[in-house]
Amino acid sequence: MMEPKTLFDKIWDSHVVRSITGGPDVLYIDQHFIHEVTSPQAFEGLRKRGVTVFRPDKTVATADHNIPTKDQDLPIREELSRIQVEKLDQNCREFGIDYFGLNHPKNGIVHVVGPELGYTQPGMTIVCGDSHTSTHGAFGTIAFGIGTSEVEMVLATQCILQPKPKKMRITINRKLQKGVTSKDIILYIISKMSTGGATGYFVEYSGSAIESLSMEGRMTICNMSIEMGARGGLIAPDDTTLKYLAKVESLSTLPDLSSLLEKWKGFKSDPGAIFDHELKFDAGDIKPMITYGTNPGMGMSVDATIPGLDSKKEGAASFAKSLDYMGFKPGTKILGHPVDYIFLGSCTNGRIEDLRSFANFVRGKKKASNITALIVPGSKKVEQQAVSEGLDRILKDAGFELRQPGCSSCLAMNEDKIPAGKYAISTSNRNFEGRQGPGARTLLASPLTAAASAITGKITDPRDLLNE
Amino acid sequence: MSQVKFDIVETTCVPLPLENVDTDQIIPARFLSATTREGFGENLFRDWRYDKSGNKNMDFVLNNPAFKGKVLVAGKNFGSGSSREHAVWAISDCGFRAVVSSFFADIFKNNSLNNGLLPVVVAQSYLDYLLDLIQKEPDTRVRIDLGNQLFSVLPSGESIKFEINPYKKECLMKGLDDIDYLLSIWDTIIAYESGNTVRK
Repeated sequence: MMEPKTLFDKIWDSHVVRSITGGPDVLYIDQHFIHEVTSPQAFEGLRKRGVTVFRPDKTVATADHNIPTKDQDLPIREELSRIQVEKLDQNCREFGIDYFGLNHPKNGIVHVVGPELGYTQPGMTIVCGDSHTSTHGAFGTIAFGIGTSEVEMVLATQCILQPKPKKMRITINRKLQKGVTSKDIILYIISKMSTGGATGYFVEYSGSAIESLSMEGRMTICNMSIEMGARGGLIAPDDTTLKYLAKVESLSTLPDLSSLLEKWKGFKSDPGAIFDHELKFDAGDIKPMITYGTNPGMGMSVDATIPGLDSKKEGAASFAKSLDYMGFKPGTKILGHPVDYIFLGSCTNGRIEDLRSFANFVRGKKKASNITALIVPGSKKVEQQAVSEGLDRILKDAGFELRQPGCSSCLAMNEDKIPAGKYAISTSNRNFEGRQGPGARTLLASPLTAAASAITGKITDPRDLLNE
Repeated sequence: MSQVKFDIVETTCVPLPLENVDTDQIIPARFLSATTREGFGENLFRDWRYDKSGNKNMDFVLNNPAFKGKVLVAGKNFGSGSSREHAVWAISDCGFRAVVSSFFADIFKNNSLNNGLLPVVVAQSYLDYLLDLIQKEPDTRVRIDLGNQLFSVLPSGESIKFEINPYKKECLMKGLDDIDYLLSIWDTIIAYESGNTVRK
């Protein structure tokens, strides 16, 4: 009898072109996504070497990180950003790569666009010069972020040299409480694991709480795997996955769709497969989460108290520096603390389900006057869907404005910056110092917590308003 | 494409006794609009190195004339977060040849190795000792001998062995990179591809 294997091993092993003795594996890549920020130096490298893009048909490009989310029909005002986006366009033309630039109906954040256009399919290996490539793992893929030298490697040879990570399984059983979302699950897990706790591992998420999530919810979970250091995260395909894929336009018309769906259904870990590390959590224990520090591991229930400072404890200096930056004190609560900005969007929470959840929450309510809100759809398709569902009207009536798609305030490469010292509840993935602009203070939370806080103007437990 | 070879480096060190230093601190996103690999060193640790008005923050170690050298010694989980290789380019651009920590984020580690910047992983207790030593005695010299995988504090020469993947070690010592290797096994890649059925 064959030894039981994990889904991760099955996909990895079937993509190994060669194993270098005592070294990394040469892994074949099925799908390569590129964007404007981490690709120009890779294309330049190809030119210097005199090699071309080996598989332009397995490469797709979008402009997302460095673009404005207003007036996208006008030239980009910031010169360096404009040059960078133009460079991507030129490189894609020169090497024959499909490119979804500004105003293209398929434009959007690379990790939102990939799945919605059907590029992301179960069993694949997927890479992109962006650490949140782990998002695609929600479809049962091995997807991970890479550096620019590796982008060049994949452009040149469709292969990458990678040491094989260890395997971890995180099982979350039981039902979520009302007002608790997939974002809260992953912030909870990261708070237990710390920001480096899964370094060296690839995580498979399983259990009834994961199975109950939509594909959007699963993408949010896999997306933030990197925030506990994991190389990536994946979830085995099930009926929810297959239903999603069967509705994707480019896949729904495939003549062999039914046999593909049948094949994809089979991608799962064998019973008895061994993981290097196993963890179990109870979904019933999870409350709406928020971060209070400057890494995503510094999270707690929105109604909890920031841990006290123990100067003898390892990392005390970093902890103190972090709270000082945030303007918070150890051993205090932050529920009710005033907020200045709300950011709904990013590859973590910029999908249609996130916009629906936010819009439904604020329907018939009014944005607090002290709040500046940035509501940014993850892609053109998400934007159009939101408009066709009338979400833009609901948002407008409540005092919010729907912007145009892009990474926006998640990393603030464009104008969507949070001013120094201001507090922002952000549905994105990182609360690092200066992430949303120099001096900006980021509190990571779910779209529901962001919506509730946008209405009250202060850090709010969404359950308090849901029960009204 | 050849890069600078790594063999033996003898130098003083720069201590950064903070944990979880993420790549957004190493090089903030607003400096990622460049389309070349050069010049990122100017903005290495930008928001720790300079205040809002652009004046040097003299409390930050890179502005302290007592500390210089080619080795950065940093708290655990160095290089977490974004995959930006610009972080490694910025560190190298400032003259660093190696970073010592008790552990590195995976992507940062790969990026370092791909650019001839050596990540040296040491035990937490050794890292604590080393950070303490260099902060007390900034003139302390260390020696990294990649061939023998030895990290030594001079002049005593008291040394510890560090691990590195043999393939990557060879690449660093010969100044080769992964693309050179991949191009050398082209036929194997083509043969693999012809049998690959994953794609729709």
